[in-house]
Amino acid sequence: MAEVKELVKKLSKKYGKTRENLIPVLQGIVDEENCLSKAAMREVAQEMDISAAEVYGTASFFSFLNTKEDGKYKIRVCKSITCDMKGKQELIKVMEDMLKVKLGETTQGKRFSLLETNCIGLCDKGPAMLINDEFFTELTPEKVREILGDYIRNKY
Amino acid sequence: MTDKVTLTIDGQNVTVDKGMSILDAAKQIDVRIPTLCHHEDLCVAGNCRICVVEQKGKNTLTPSCATPAEPGMEIETSTPKVRKARKDIMALLVSEHNTQCTTCYRSTNCELQDLAAEYNIDNDIYISVVKPDLNIDKSSWSIEKDDSKCIRCQRCVRTCAELQHVNALAVTERGKDMRVSTFMHLPMNEIVCTNCGQCITHCPTGALTERRYYDKIWDAIDDPDKHVVINTAPSVRVALGEMLGYEVGTRVTGKMVTALKKMGFDSVLDTDFSADLTIIEEANELLVRLKKAFVTKEEVALPMITSCSPGWVKFIEHMYPEHLAHLSTCKSPQQMFGALTKTYYAEKKGIDPSKIVSVAGMPCAAKKYEANRPEMRDSGFMDVDAGLTTREIGHMIKQAGIDFLELEDSNFDSIMGESTGAGVIFGATGGVMEAALRTAYFVITGRPVPFNDLNITPVRGLEGIKEATIKFEDCLPEYSFLEGVEAKFGIAHGLINARQIMDQIVEGKSPFVFIEIMACPGGCIGGGGQPIPTNDEIRKKRIAAIYEEDMNKPIRMSHENPEIVAIYEDYLEKPLGEKSHHLLHTKYRKRKRY
Ligand code: SF4
Ligand code: SF4
Ligand code: SF4
Ligand code: FES
Ligand code: FES
Repeated sequence: MAEVKELVKKLSKKYGKTRENLIPVLQGIVDEENCLSKAAMREVAQEMDISAAEVYGTASFFSFLNTKEDGKYKIRVCKSITCDMKGKQELIKVMEDMLKVKLGETTQGKRFSLLETNCIGLCDKGPAMLINDEFFTELTPEKVREILGDYIRNKY
Repeated sequence: MTDKVTLTIDGQNVTVDKGMSILDAAKQIDVRIPTLCHHEDLCVAGNCRICVVEQKGKNTLTPSCATPAEPGMEIETSTPKVRKARKDIMALLVSEHNTQCTTCYRSTNCELQDLAAEYNIDNDIYISVVKPDLNIDKSSWSIEKDDSKCIRCQRCVRTCAELQHVNALAVTERGKDMRVSTFMHLPMNEIVCTNCGQCITHCPTGALTERRYYDKIWDAIDDPDKHVVINTAPSVRVALGEMLGYEVGTRVTGKMVTALKKMGFDSVLDTDFSADLTIIEEANELLVRLKKAFVTKEEVALPMITSCSPGWVKFIEHMYPEHLAHLSTCKSPQQMFGALTKTYYAEKKGIDPSKIVSVAGMPCAAKKYEANRPEMRDSGFMDVDAGLTTREIGHMIKQAGIDFLELEDSNFDSIMGESTGAGVIFGATGGVMEAALRTAYFVITGRPVPFNDLNITPVRGLEGIKEATIKFEDCLPEYSFLEGVEAKFGIAHGLINARQIMDQIVEGKSPFVFIEIMACPGGCIGGGGQPIPTNDEIRKKRIAAIYEEDMNKPIRMSHENPEIVAIYEDYLEKPLGEKSHHLLHTKYRKRKRY
């Protein structure tokens, strides 16, 4: 708890305490803590003198500001129209089989989360996905097997 | 004349102030445009689009609530394109709506239902996408939240932010998952909500309603073993008529009493009695604090602030937990009434208090919660068994098949049915202050307050924060310490204004000695349990009715109420005495803001 408090103080000092700096502050917390806990959101509300509901409203609008604790590796498959039409559904099936989880879930041990995201601006090279900050384009089921297989085998 | 604009709406010229919306301009010439997300009390949201109109020279439709009138605009409000668009919007809303009008509390008082009926939506334009998994949140004593009936107009969110500055509600998630919800979707009883119910009166649909307890009351009435007592607040009598066929601003006191008796309440009493009692206790408490500050130079929290609005009390507990000493320790009139019903009243009437069911008829949603505060059991029982809103009472009268318009007037029962004009004006913002000053001035100087007809006009009206200055001269010897003192009194209504007052206090800059705060805009007449709709025009009419009732009362100062004199002689002994302390005063608790 004390750590979260410190972090929030540090971030709000860095970005500013006013309402328009809410998003960078929240992003900073996610970078450090991997997710926005209840306690962290309450701290932010207090620090910025806004309501907790407002913080949660903002956080829940953005898929990258997750309020649930996700896995270490967050796989985000684009669900917007171009990628959808180019076959993202099939990619998800492949990964569901490989990770033994359903879309939206996290593997045991919290290593991987299989998520969707809105358009990530790679529509010309769809279907596209992100694993944390790394992006992958023009995906096919084979490519996905290879990429994810590499993560499963080599990245902890 | 540059600040006026002239435009045409449906072929009629209309000249309006610059900046006025097309919607309001149309209203001026009685052209009605449907709305949903718009509310007179709130800022423009422009999210529902039902108010679209056609503007000559523009291809797209224009949302009239969110577009200012411009010179030379040619607006058509009912073209085929407009009607088609509105019907489509309605059909989309209905396709997402858990349409259950036959069982819905807001049926016949629902803006969505009205428009759906007007546009006669064919069920099969869009398939229904009602989410089956939305549970109704009944966790709060006061507020019931049913997201399946929410049209996401965000009127509640704006109300809670703009009028109340609580921000308990927010828009969460996005797209098809978007909801109006709380922090982490916590239930309503676990958040900062003050239970004021303003979100209810601003909701166009049945998504937000008060928790209803009238079935419990019917059961008690039907139980021959129970003695059911109801007391009704001042602002109920000036608003109840709206639900039963009367014009806004009609006083229906006598008919209301008759109806309640017909329904089977064993005793119909007047909360104004305990409002008068509150005044005696509170005025004396203020004088004690002033004496400590002026004479014995003790540490004492000034300004003192009224505590009769339970929404306000919960607000300060959450938002300013370090400043609770400023609150008067007086219970609200409802709770004083409850505590006395099961002690004094029971004793006088020779009724076993365990057989008494005490009901409060209130303009308020927060009163339901207040009745359930664990500390409100000083009589040895629940002091108040249930709080009903004005709306619930209206429903009960209809359920009883009573032809309200044809009823004769009757008087409140006794004892605890006698009241003064001072008790009546509790219902309007400024009223508690005015009532307190009428008595305090008299106690201090032995003379009536120096205003024409006792009407302390500076404390009246709808301005958010009001103030009055009173100079005490020729004081009685006991209060000579106030000789020549010019005291300032403050009044705030709507919690956003309460916040300003409190921030001043926190900074140590408050100019006041005594402050009245009401959670709801307009005071109780605009309470969260009052008939829907409520807006400033309606608030003004209800307020006018309150002052009319005051002027018609033979006695207009609380300390002259004969039943008040009697209760001190027979039972309480003296203001702030031991019995008062036990039954009429309370404590507050610190709560979390986040
Ligand atoms: S909210 Fe209105 S439209 Fe919906 S079920 Fe209730 S009365 Fe019917
Ligand atoms: S709860 Fe009522 S006021 Fe709030 S968004 Fe839903 S329909 Fe609108
Ligand atoms: S009852 Fe009052 S405080 Fe609670 S959510 Fe509604 S408007 Fe906000
Ligand atoms: S649609 Fe997938 S990246 Fe834009
Ligand atoms: S009433 Fe104008 S957009 Fe909702």
